[in-house]
Amino acid sequence: MPFGQGRSGGGRGGRGGDKKTGDKQQAQRRPMFRRRKVCKFCADKIDDINYKDVKLISPFVPERGKILPRRISGTCAMHQRKLQTAIKRARQIALIPYVTD
Amino acid sequence: MSERQYELVYILPPDSTEQQVAEIHEQVDSVVSRMNGKIEKTDNWGRRKLAYEIGPHKEGVYVLEVINGPGDLTKELDRRLKVLDQVVRHIIVRVDQEKQVVDRTRGKRQANSERRRVKRGLPPQRQPGEGRSSVETDDLDDDRYEGVEV
Repeated sequence: MPFGQGRSGGGRGGRGGDKKTGDKQQAQRRPMFRRRKVCKFCADKIDDINYKDVKLISPFVPERGKILPRRISGTCAMHQRKLQTAIKRARQIALIPYVTD
Repeated sequence: MSERQYELVYILPPDSTEQQVAEIHEQVDSVVSRMNGKIEKTDNWGRRKLAYEIGPHKEGVYVLEVINGPGDLTKELDRRLKVLDQVVRHIIVRVDQEKQVVDRTRGKRQANSERRRVKRGLPPQRQPGEGRSSVETDDLDDDRYEGVEV
């Protein structure tokens, strides 16, 4: 997942006591670089987040079955709200799992 | 303005025959028509895998019905579907309001873009091959810039 990568990169700089100097320098040059996240629904101009559209929703439901938080997916507040209701409805009719383990 | 639009999705057991599916549809139809409603559309999704097991079932036959009718229709329908053993799971969702909102935003966006385009002296509709196309390939780009002298 692209979101996770940026985060682990940031963690690497902080942890490195016995790291190579090259790594450290790179971290100093651009501290905490992160790709700017954009709302998928705004970018693609998807107005209707429908609970029947599993293909659209499923990227926002990771393996565990939880709803992907906004701070990770970058979804805007309005669309996250709509996505939330869609996911909850889809769960009711067994299109998306409540939990998986 | 009592007319509202609802969507009903219900799941039947995977081993139910065409006839059984039709039977349930008829029952739904009778309830709807008794409550002065109308079924606008019926869509059978066929057999699908369930995301989680419901009782003994791992698969189910999904049927979608779009219903126009008054609000108290849903209560009666909900009650009846709960009683029916053949219906594994069902959900009723009101859709007319959301549909309106979606249409409005879509229309607004369309109008906005047209207005802006006209202001810029362009035809109101997007022409093919204009702007950054989503199917960008290197060959296409090369073709476009072949005749241009820099």
